[in-house]
Amino acid sequence: MEYNLTDEQRMIRDTAREFARREIAPVADALDREERFPREIVRQMAELGFLGMLVPEEYGGNAMGNLALALVLEEINRVCASTGVTVSVHNSLVSAPIVHWASEKLKKHYLPRLASGEILGAYALSEPDAGSDAASLKTAAVRDGNEYVLNGSKSWITTGEEADVFIVMTRTDPTQRTRGITAFLVDRDTPGFTIGRREEKLGLHASSTVQLFFEDARVPVDHMLGEEGQGFKIAMHTLDGGRIGIAAQSVGIAQACLDASIRYATEREAFGQPIGKFQAIQWKIADMATRLEAARLLTYNAARLKDEGRPHTREAAMAKLFASEMCNQAARDAIQIHGGAGYLEDFPVERYFRDARITTIYEGTSEVQRIVIARHVLSELFARE
Amino acid sequence: MNIAVLVKSVPDTEARIRIAGDGASIETQGVKFVMNPYDEFAVEEAIRIRDKRGDSKVTVISMGPDRAVEVLRTALAMGADEAVHVSDPAFEGGSPQADARVLAETIRLIGGADLVLGGKQAIDDDASQVCAAIAEYLEMPQAQIVTELTLSDDGAAATARRRVEGGDEIVELRLPAVVTCEKGLNEPRYASLPGIMKAKKKEIRKVTLADLPLEADQVGSAAATSRLVRYHPLPERPPVKMIPGEPAEQAKELVRLLREEAKVI
Repeated sequence: MEYNLTDEQRMIRDTAREFARREIAPVADALDREERFPREIVRQMAELGFLGMLVPEEYGGNAMGNLALALVLEEINRVCASTGVTVSVHNSLVSAPIVHWASEKLKKHYLPRLASGEILGAYALSEPDAGSDAASLKTAAVRDGNEYVLNGSKSWITTGEEADVFIVMTRTDPTQRTRGITAFLVDRDTPGFTIGRREEKLGLHASSTVQLFFEDARVPVDHMLGEEGQGFKIAMHTLDGGRIGIAAQSVGIAQACLDASIRYATEREAFGQPIGKFQAIQWKIADMATRLEAARLLTYNAARLKDEGRPHTREAAMAKLFASEMCNQAARDAIQIHGGAGYLEDFPVERYFRDARITTIYEGTSEVQRIVIARHVLSELFARE
Repeated sequence: MNIAVLVKSVPDTEARIRIAGDGASIETQGVKFVMNPYDEFAVEEAIRIRDKRGDSKVTVISMGPDRAVEVLRTALAMGADEAVHVSDPAFEGGSPQADARVLAETIRLIGGADLVLGGKQAIDDDASQVCAAIAEYLEMPQAQIVTELTLSDDGAAATARRRVEGGDEIVELRLPAVVTCEKGLNEPRYASLPGIMKAKKKEIRKVTLADLPLEADQVGSAAATSRLVRYHPLPERPPVKMIPGEPAEQAKELVRLLREEAKVI
């Protein structure tokens, strides 16, 4: 399959593939089992430039762009989805909105540190009572002199246990819905800001998910992203990029499922021949490979549009929806092909299956993606309202 | 100090190798090519020596088809300063010795080198001859299969630890010299994203027959001192045989098979 990658993009993919194969793959199972955040691997990835892919060179990044980032994410997720989501969130949900919406002062302070991996980022939009219905978030930010005072809580915050800086969506105007939301950059050591215990979850065991609590946490006015009331717009714009990252993650996990299935179907024998000789297995693998390519092309297409500065909300939602659903089916089929072996922790498909499950949920559920897509496809109908 | 590093584009270690229809080459269709792994040690060592000494230059040289350029780009992205692609239809079909002559002349063309580094062998044809022959053509001393390399402060000599059968051997050699690199010498770095960006801006110098003081009959197949005649695939491994029965019977049957079929005991 030809993806029309530039020489640089191919080299970036090769670097990521080699790094993933040599440095992450050998420890991925242990990281999952021990629920251990891959600090040393993150440090090495920062050295290679993987944490500054959307940050301009003048701020210490390499600005390789969204397609290059998708290629890197695909390779990392192929061996470890926990490490993959850490890189995706750091680049797409934290660094990118700072590049787009932060003041020069904030950019100069945060971007070189984020790009070098000196600090890690997290993105806090969801709340206990505001998931898919993000616009109903309640965490309050009330102005007091040169500060805003934050009160409330956030849920399902990826990398929360390790992150040094958080993008926090708050309500600054209770009389408004989407236009009453404002985004802030909040440092981890802000008094009144505490990080909850690590959630126990189905997959992504080497990535932390936490709750955040704000009790009279004071954040300087100049830590605002964009303007007051722009938070929801920033959140949605940011998620357009994040969704390409999760689509790439899904492609990576599905590729791992396909790789494992091909290996197993070639080696495992039943009824006197390798099970790959049976059409039942062949069809599963053929479908898996075909859907995987389709998802990959949707993902690269959305990333290219974003890199070219063209509209990509619909394409990002389509890539995310299709790739995440595809990835879950690939994981399901991979286990089916492995039979009883696939149900055991001895084979990696068990981990792929658990890790795959989140992809249809975070950064917008499949249902939310369909809403986004339908609003674009049925734009005339919605325009009538 | 000028350091020349020889790199080669070879099939990935994980690639499935199939013999082509002519019986004397491999199918390149669908095969991924990478930098010869032993050459990675050479590039890494050159970069380390340069960074430690300062006022030094690392020039990577690759002879081969267009895909050699990708390997040169990787070396530049790792941190090499300059790259030379040696390519001409006249060079095709050469033996290791013929190729070494072209590479030796290329090293002279770029102003010579105080140190020539290469992998201990290329993992495609495993000939291990080119670097040795280059040392002869350039009349330089050589140390092969080196796992540790120390240069004297004045850059006039080097000490090399060589892997030999059953142990290590320490040799001293005066520079300029040719040294081939073995696993264990160092841990090669990855091509970083900033490195890839920098490599993109660098030009790769192309060297053809016309640039060298050689005639067409001194290179390539015309000058080949040996010729590859045929590749033979390894015989396929016979399938695993499961021995049924109680442990005592199984052991008895295993001994019988090892003696009568495998003929190893």
